[in-house]
Order: sequence, then structure tokens, then C-alpha cells
Amino acid sequence: MSVFLDIFTVAAVSAGAFFFLAGIVGLLRFPDTLSRLHALTKADNLGLGLPRAGGLLAALKLVVVWLLVLLASAMVSQMVARVARRGGSPS
Amino acid sequence: MNDFLLGAAGFLLITLALGLVRIVRGPGDADRMMSAQLIGTGGVTVLLLAGAAERVPAAVDVALSLALLAAFASVAFVKSATRPISDTEKEPGGA
Repeated sequence: MSVFLDIFTVAAVSAGAFFFLAGIVGLLRFPDTLSRLHALTKADNLGLGLPRAGGLLAALKLVVVWLLVLLASAMVSQMVARVARRGGSPS
Repeated sequence: MNDFLLGAAGFLLITLALGLVRIVRGPGDADRMMSAQLIGTGGVTVLLLAGAAERVPAAVDVALSLALLAAFASVAFVKSATRPISDTEKEPGGA
């Protein structure tokens, strides 16, 4: 049982690290602001969620951290997109 | 397993350092703020991984505070970025 738990942890943490790497590459390589924002939000949600699920299962405080980041990331991405769209910054 | 978690945290730190390039280069303020937001989320993840590897329960509290502060920073950016636009929109009506 412990072996399966370890395998799950390794898989989840690796997948989360991959999502962060993909998010950073997208942030560096995508041509304009809105597609960079698209790459960012995926890394935000899954990059934190997968290592959290892998590291410690069902610790309440970790779930609180994850939910806070999910909520903040979703709202902030909408607001930043509005700023970028209204010409707050040259794409 | 602890070595793996610490290695993953180190890998994430190196990856997040690459995000600083976008802060230097990024043409607009929104790009810089998005990179800072990603680094904030990555910092939370690094804290959780390192805290789980080293058995430091207080790291979760630090991660919670960092998540809250990152959200506040982004909200403050959006507030400060939208205020001049709304002022210029009001200006023709006032004048």
C-alpha cells in the first residue's frame, strides 16, 4: 500500500512540476498578453493542485491553501485580462 | 521520498527563476504582473513541497500567508492600473 502511495506521490509531483515548466515556457514564448495569460492560469491551477494532492492527502489546511489560490487565480486572471484588453499595456 | 520532494522543490525554484526573464523583458505591466503571480503560486508550491519533505508543519502557514499576499498584490495592481483609465474617461464629461 505504501508503495502505491509513493508511486502516486511521485507521479503527481512530477506532473505538477511539468505543468509549471509548461506554464513558464508559455509565459516566455507566447506572442501576446492574452495567450500568455492562458498559459499562466493552467500552471497556476494544476501546478499547485497536483503536488498538493501528491504530497499529503486530505490535510485540511492544504485544501484551504489550494482553494484560496484557485479562487484568487480565477478572479485575478479575469481582472488582468480586462486591464490588458482596455489598453492598460501595449500587448 | 524526502530527497525526491526536495529535488522537485529545487527544480521548481530553477523553473521559477526563468519567469524573472519575463519580468525584465515583458512589454506591458500586465505581463510583469502575470509573471509575478506565477512566481507567487510557485513559491507556495515550493513551500508545501519543502515543508512536506522536512516535516515542518509551519511551512503550510507560511504558504497560506504567501497565497493571500499574492492575491492582494494582483488585486492592488488591477486597482492601480484601472484608475487612470477611469479618470480619463470621466474627464470629457467633467470638462
